[in-house]
Amino acid sequence: MENKTFTLTKKTIAVFVVMIAIGLIALAFGFLSDINGKRIAANLLLNSYYFLSMGLIGLFFVTVHTIAESGWHTSVQRIGEAMSAFIPVGGILLLILFISGGLHQLYEWTDKDHLDELLLKKAAYLNEPFFYLRFAIFFIVWSALAYYVRRTSIALDKLGDVKYLNKLRMLSAIFIVFYAVSSVVSSWDWLMSIDAHWFSTLYGWYVFISMLASGIALFILILFVLKKMGYMGHVNHEHVHDLGKYLFGFSIFWAYLWFSQYMLIWYANIPEETVYFYERHKYFENIFYVNLVLNFAVPFLLLMARNTKRMFTVLVPVAVIVFVGHWVDLYQLIMPGVVGGENSAIGFLEIGLTIGYLGLFMIVVFWALSKAPLVPKNHPYYKESAEYHTHY
Amino acid sequence: MNNYITAYYSDEEDLLKGLKQIISKGLKVNDVLTPFPVHGLDKVIGLRRSRLTRVAFAGGAIGALVGFLFQAWVFTNAYPINFGGKPFFAVPSFIPVTFEIAVLFAAFAMVFGFLIHNKLGPGSKNIIHDERVTDDRFLIVLDIKGEANDKIKSIETILSDAGAQGITIKE
Repeated sequence: MENKTFTLTKKTIAVFVVMIAIGLIALAFGFLSDINGKRIAANLLLNSYYFLSMGLIGLFFVTVHTIAESGWHTSVQRIGEAMSAFIPVGGILLLILFISGGLHQLYEWTDKDHLDELLLKKAAYLNEPFFYLRFAIFFIVWSALAYYVRRTSIALDKLGDVKYLNKLRMLSAIFIVFYAVSSVVSSWDWLMSIDAHWFSTLYGWYVFISMLASGIALFILILFVLKKMGYMGHVNHEHVHDLGKYLFGFSIFWAYLWFSQYMLIWYANIPEETVYFYERHKYFENIFYVNLVLNFAVPFLLLMARNTKRMFTVLVPVAVIVFVGHWVDLYQLIMPGVVGGENSAIGFLEIGLTIGYLGLFMIVVFWALSKAPLVPKNHPYYKESAEYHTHY
Repeated sequence: MNNYITAYYSDEEDLLKGLKQIISKGLKVNDVLTPFPVHGLDKVIGLRRSRLTRVAFAGGAIGALVGFLFQAWVFTNAYPINFGGKPFFAVPSFIPVTFEIAVLFAAFAMVFGFLIHNKLGPGSKNIIHDERVTDDRFLIVLDIKGEANDKIKSIETILSDAGAQGITIKE
């Protein structure tokens, strides 16, 4: 029989600790060299937001399948739960960044004495006490729901009582409703308010779907790593196929939202809106197109066929590309506003810090995975998942 | 002229068991008609995956190309109009139409590809082997066009050995 419980070996921990060390070296390098403070803050925001969102997508995956009464996901739901363990960590990192001076580096609306007319009108929403209040609400509700969803799911596995499934459904419904609003509002607060004069009503969904696509990519990668380590034998290519479909579909949906936002602004040609893309075309032209290729063209063309969605040999490289691609997407959302075209680049700071954050994320996820059996064999739908197979 | 031999079952478990036996004897099953989808039937009769997706891809690719090139030709050569100072060759404004034409062509390719391949559509002649296949019968159809009489006899024996409840030879 295969291993049912994941054990975190010293070797695995060592790999992640080295990754975190690279991140810390990159951060120290950023502070010691003459790199602009804004660039360091922007990088910390980028990675904190990215990996916090990965955690939220893990929870989203579990909850949305729970309220949809889905069966197949139960084989892999432990990965989603484990990803959600990063939510408190990511939230604390983001809070540390904000209170240690990052807020003033990142957002121009925090400079109360130099607000222009437009920002004064927005001051009822964009002010520090209200910003921190929203942050606190999001952070507390997300962390609490992540904790309770996981605890209920493990209780369901241990005791096999249907009342835990009903409770899980209840918690899932609360999370979905709350996350529908909070994912949008938090992206306004943390990302869109960088360019405080500019606005887009589509922005929140655009960011959410970007995170959803890369969250699924990371989900696939974690599943692949676990399989390589000899776990997750109960997950067959039918489950992988469904994850591949998600990656394919959400990548197309991301392109749809990207284009919807871009074309309306391009077509209306109103200066206060086009200024956003003016900066991105002028200094970030390569990234602008790379973003589209990595996040749309690659998954669209490579995952279109049925077989490529079912084989790790194609799916894993595509997942890596999409994961990197949405990092680039987030980069072009944050950098032009905070750092500006002349001062930003992708160097050791950016890459090293991302590796560090990835190491921290993985160590939290793998720690959470080792705390519960990988196979939720008492889940009422587990048998359905084990025997699941898609026709087309 | 005898063209088809059909054998019916009234239970899908018997059908699957019988089918396996028939196929192991080396007979080629042309079609199985059932009132509802039977799990595992595709594998037993060795159906290949539908190739309709390839037709759809080809249709979509052609549609995208046609849609894009047509607009590019119209708005640069045939009838250039200045829309709010935008360039004549304005790719973002071509995308929605390109997408729609691609979807339309893919859908048409699938519908007509399906109809043509299955010889369906207006004026096509339907062969109804047994009216009760939409009700409670599971029917196996074998092609016996141009087979000798003793060969047909042996097929009939194999079918009745495999538990078929009724065997009919049809033109």
